[in-house]
Amino acid sequence: MALSPFRQSDMSLGQRLWQINWFFVLLVGITASIGFGMLYSAANGNFDPWASRQMIRFAAGLFLMLMVAVIDIHVWLRYAYAIYAVSLALLVVVEFSGSIGMGAQRWIDLGVFTIQPSEMMKISIILLLARYFYAARLEDVGRISHVIVPLILIAVPAFLIMRQPDLGTTILMVTTGIAMLFLAGVRIWVFVTGALATIAAVIPLWNFVLLDYQKQRLLTFLDPEKDPLGAGYHILQSKIALGSGGMFGKGFLEGSQSHLSFLPEKQTDFIFTMMAEEFGLVGGLVLIGLYVMLLIYGFAISLRCRNQFGRLIGMGVTTSFFLNIFVNIAMVMGLLPVVGMPLPLISYGGTAMLTLMFSFGLLLCVYVHRDVQIGPGAADGN
Amino acid sequence: MHRDGDRYKIFSRRSIVLFGGKTVLLSGLVGRMYYLQIIEGEKYKTLADENRISLKLIAPKRGRILDRFGRPMAVNQQNYRVLLIPENTKDVDFSLMQLGKVIPISSHDVQRVKREIKRRRRFLPVIIRENMVWEDVARIEVNAAEMPGITIDVGETRFYPDGTQAASVLGYVSGVSEKDLTGDPLLELPGFRIGKAGMEKVHDLALRGKSGITQVEVNAFGRQIRELERREGLPGAETWLTIDMELQKFVTKRLGDEAASAVVMDIHTGEVLTLASTPTFDPNAFNRGLSQAEWKALASNPRSPLNNKAIAGQYSPGSTFKMVVALAALEKGVVTANSKFFCTGELELGDSTFHCWERRGHGSMDMLSAITQSCDVYFYEIAKRTGIDRISAMARRLGMGQILDIELAGEKKGLMPTRAWKKKAKRVSWQQGETLLAGIGQGFILTTPLQLAVMTARLANGGKAVKPHLTKQVVPFDVADPVVPEIPEFKSIGIHPPHLNMIKKAMGAVSNSPYGTAYRSRIKEPGFQLAGKTGTVQVRRITKAERETGVKKNKDLEWRERDHALFVGYAPLKNPRYAVSVVVEHGGGGSSIAAPIAKDILMEVQRRDPSRGQSGKAAKSHNFPNSTTVKKG
Repeated sequence: MALSPFRQSDMSLGQRLWQINWFFVLLVGITASIGFGMLYSAANGNFDPWASRQMIRFAAGLFLMLMVAVIDIHVWLRYAYAIYAVSLALLVVVEFSGSIGMGAQRWIDLGVFTIQPSEMMKISIILLLARYFYAARLEDVGRISHVIVPLILIAVPAFLIMRQPDLGTTILMVTTGIAMLFLAGVRIWVFVTGALATIAAVIPLWNFVLLDYQKQRLLTFLDPEKDPLGAGYHILQSKIALGSGGMFGKGFLEGSQSHLSFLPEKQTDFIFTMMAEEFGLVGGLVLIGLYVMLLIYGFAISLRCRNQFGRLIGMGVTTSFFLNIFVNIAMVMGLLPVVGMPLPLISYGGTAMLTLMFSFGLLLCVYVHRDVQIGPGAADGN
Repeated sequence: MHRDGDRYKIFSRRSIVLFGGKTVLLSGLVGRMYYLQIIEGEKYKTLADENRISLKLIAPKRGRILDRFGRPMAVNQQNYRVLLIPENTKDVDFSLMQLGKVIPISSHDVQRVKREIKRRRRFLPVIIRENMVWEDVARIEVNAAEMPGITIDVGETRFYPDGTQAASVLGYVSGVSEKDLTGDPLLELPGFRIGKAGMEKVHDLALRGKSGITQVEVNAFGRQIRELERREGLPGAETWLTIDMELQKFVTKRLGDEAASAVVMDIHTGEVLTLASTPTFDPNAFNRGLSQAEWKALASNPRSPLNNKAIAGQYSPGSTFKMVVALAALEKGVVTANSKFFCTGELELGDSTFHCWERRGHGSMDMLSAITQSCDVYFYEIAKRTGIDRISAMARRLGMGQILDIELAGEKKGLMPTRAWKKKAKRVSWQQGETLLAGIGQGFILTTPLQLAVMTARLANGGKAVKPHLTKQVVPFDVADPVVPEIPEFKSIGIHPPHLNMIKKAMGAVSNSPYGTAYRSRIKEPGFQLAGKTGTVQVRRITKAERETGVKKNKDLEWRERDHALFVGYAPLKNPRYAVSVVVEHGGGGSSIAAPIAKDILMEVQRRDPSRGQSGKAAKSHNFPNSTTVKKG
C-alpha cells in the first residue's frame, strides 16, 4: 500500500496525545463531578462511602480512557474478533459457574478485582460489528447472508446475558447492535420485515400460549403503577420525589424524599431522581444538556472519520451511551419499566464507570486516527 | 475511494436519521420532566408532604447473662410502659394532666418528660412511666380518649433475679445519656438500655444484638398507615460467666452488712467463681431509674456500696504479705528456712522502735513458726536483709502492683513501692524503716483483694502466672456451635519449688497447727482442709502513750479507726483447687473476723465442686456449655 499523506498510524505517542480531543475530556470530567456531588448528597453529606470511591474509580477510568485512545486503531481492528471471543467465553463461564453456585451471578472474581463479562460484551459487540462491516462492500451488506452472521453473533451473548438475568444490558446491547447494522447499510426492508415478524410472533404467543397470571405479570412489568404497593411503589415514590422538586429544586442535601430514605438505590439507578428533587427542572436540564454535548461530539467524531471502522465504532459508542441515558431517565420518570440501568458518569458503580470510560477511549481513538485510511486487508496485519 | 464514498453517504444519512430519533426521544424526556415538575409539581409536593415513609427500629432482645452452670443472672421481663408521642397532642401539659388524674405521676417525671420532648424529634415517643402494674394499664386504656398522645406499649426490660447478690459483677443497664450517643439510631429508641457498669458494660455490644427494621408509611400526622416491610433483628449473645451464682449468693450473704469483699478463684484456670463486694445494691433499681433519695443514700453511704471493693479497694495487705517477703528473702539467700531470729516483742532501728503484735515476744523463730504465728520481728529482720526492691519484684511476679485485666472497669493497680518510685513520687530517699514496715505488709504497699487472691492462687498452683477472668463464653444467637475460648497454659513465674513448698507448708500450719493464727478457723473434715494466712491492718497510728497505758481494743474504737481484717487461703490442702481472699474493712482482727468467713467460703466451694460429689447434684442438672477441664500440672 502506498504511503498516503493521510496515513497517521505511525504517529508518536506525544502526537497522539496532542490529537486527543481535550474538550471532550473536560466535558466528561464536568459531568462526572456532578456525579460526585450527587453521591456526596446521597450519603447525607458525606464523601464516604460513595463519593470518595467513585472519584478514585473515575481517576482510574480516565487513565484507561487515555490509554485506549492512544493505542493504534489497527490494533483494535486486528483483535476485534479475539476480544469478542474472550468476552463470549467469559459469559459462558459465568453462566456455568452461576448454575453451580447460588442464584444469579454476573461477576468473575479475580481476587484483586471482579470482571463483569456482560459489560465487556457491550464493548466487544461494537468492535465486532465494526470489524465485520469495515471492509464490506455495499452490495455484500445488502445480501441477506451477510446479515444472518452478525445477528447470530448478537443473539448468542444476548441470550446468555438475559439468562443472568440482566434485561437492561440485553436490551442495550441488542439495540446498539441493530443500530450498527442500520448504519452499516443493511437494507431497510430487513428491519421492516424483522419488526413485523416480531409482532407476528408476539400476538399468537399472547393470545394462546401465555396463561392469565403470566400476562398479569407482564402487564405489571410494563405498567408498574397498576401495582402501587409492589412493583409500582418505587416508581411512584420516584415520581413524587422528582415532581416535588419543581423548577429550582429543594436545594443541595435538602431532598427530603431522597433523604428520608424511601428512594431505592438513590446512589445508583435512581440518582437522577435525587438530582431532580434537589436541583429541580433546571438542574435536570443542565445535566441533560451536558449529555447532549457529549452526544454531539460522538456524532461529529463519527462523521468526521475517514474510515468505516472508526465511524461504526463512533456511532456504536454514541448510541450505546445514549441508550444508557435514555433508559435510565425514562425509567425513573415512569416512562419505561424498571430494568436496572445506571446513569452513565453519575451513578455509583465501578464496572459501569470503567466500561463507559473504555468506550469513550475508543471514541477518542477514532478521533485521534480520524484521517487514517484502513484498507480491506488491514485486519490481517498488512 | 469511490466505494467508500457510497458507504459514507449511506452512513451519514442514516446517522442523521438516528441522531434525529435520539433528539426526539430526549425531547420527550425533557417534556416529561417539565410535566412532572412544573405542571404536576404542586400535586407531587403535596404528596411528598403527606406520604412519608418512616423507618422504625425494632429493639433487639438483650442477651441473657448466665452463671457457669447456666443459671440466669440477667434476663428480660415484660414491661408495660406508658408513652407520650408529642406530635399527636396539641398540648403536652393537658395530656399529662389528664394522665395524672388516672395514675400518679411525680412532678419530677413531668419535668423529665418535658426535657426529653425538647431533645427528641416530635414523632418519637417519650416514656412517662415504666414497669406498670396491670390495673394502671387498664385504667389508662379505658380513659384513652381523653388523653391525646398517650399510648401503652409492651416492651421488655432487664431483670436481675438475684441482682443484689452479684451487683459488683453484673453491673447494670440504664437509659442512654447524651454522651453515650454514637449516632447509632438504636440508642435513640425510647427506653433503650445499655450496660453502664459491670459485665453488662463489658459485653454491651455483644449483648445488645442487632436491631430489626420495620418500614411503615405514615401520614402527615405521624400516624402509621401500614407496615411495608419488616426485618427482624438479631437477639444479643448469651454471655456465660465463670461465676457460680449459688456460691456468689452464699458469699455475699456471709459478708453481710460489713464493708467487705471476697474473691474466689480456680487456681489453675483463673476462673473467678465469686467476686463479692458488700454492702451491695440492687441493679434493678438502676434499670428502673433511681429516685433522688435512693441515689443520695447510695452515694453517701460511708461503706460505699457502689465501689467494687474486690477490684477497686486498695488495702495494705498486712501479714498476708509475709509469704512474699519470705520468698524474696529465700530467693536472695539472706536466710534459709532454718535461720532463726529472736523475737523480744520489738526491734530497735535508729531512733525508732518497731513492735511485734505479740508484745511479750515470740522467742526464737524460724520461718515456719514465724509465718504460723505471724511474728512481726522475724519479718522486720528478713525484710531489712532483703531490701524493698526485691520484695516488690517478688510481689509483682505474684500479681500485685499491676492491673490484672479482669475485664471489669475500675480495676485498681495497687502500689508496690521501690526506691526509684519513692525518689520520683515523693522526692525523698527510701528509709530503711520503711522496708521494715513493708516486711509486715504495711507502709506504702497497697493491694486489691483480687490481687491477694491471685497471689494465693499462684502460690498454691506451684508458681504459675494464672490470670483471673470472668467470662466463660459469649454465645452469639446465630451461631450453632460456638467456639469455646481456650484457657491458656500459664507460664511459670520462676520460684524455686522447695521455697514454694516451704511457704505452702507454713500456710498449712497457720490453720492446722495449734499455734497457728487461724487454728480456730480450720476445716476439720478430712480432704477439705484449708491453708492460709491471716492479716490485720492497722489504720491508725498507735501513740507511745497509748502503748504504755494499753492499746485500745477494736470494739472500743470508732468504726473508721478499727483494723482491717484480712485472710487469704486455699483448699484443699493437698492438691489445691480454690483460692480465696477476704477483706473486711474495719472488721477487727484477721484471725477473729476474716478467717472464719474464708473458712466458710472454702468449705462451701469445695462442697459445691461438681467433681467432689455430695451437693454437686444440683449443679449437674443444669446444662453445661462445656465441661471445665482443669490442667493439673
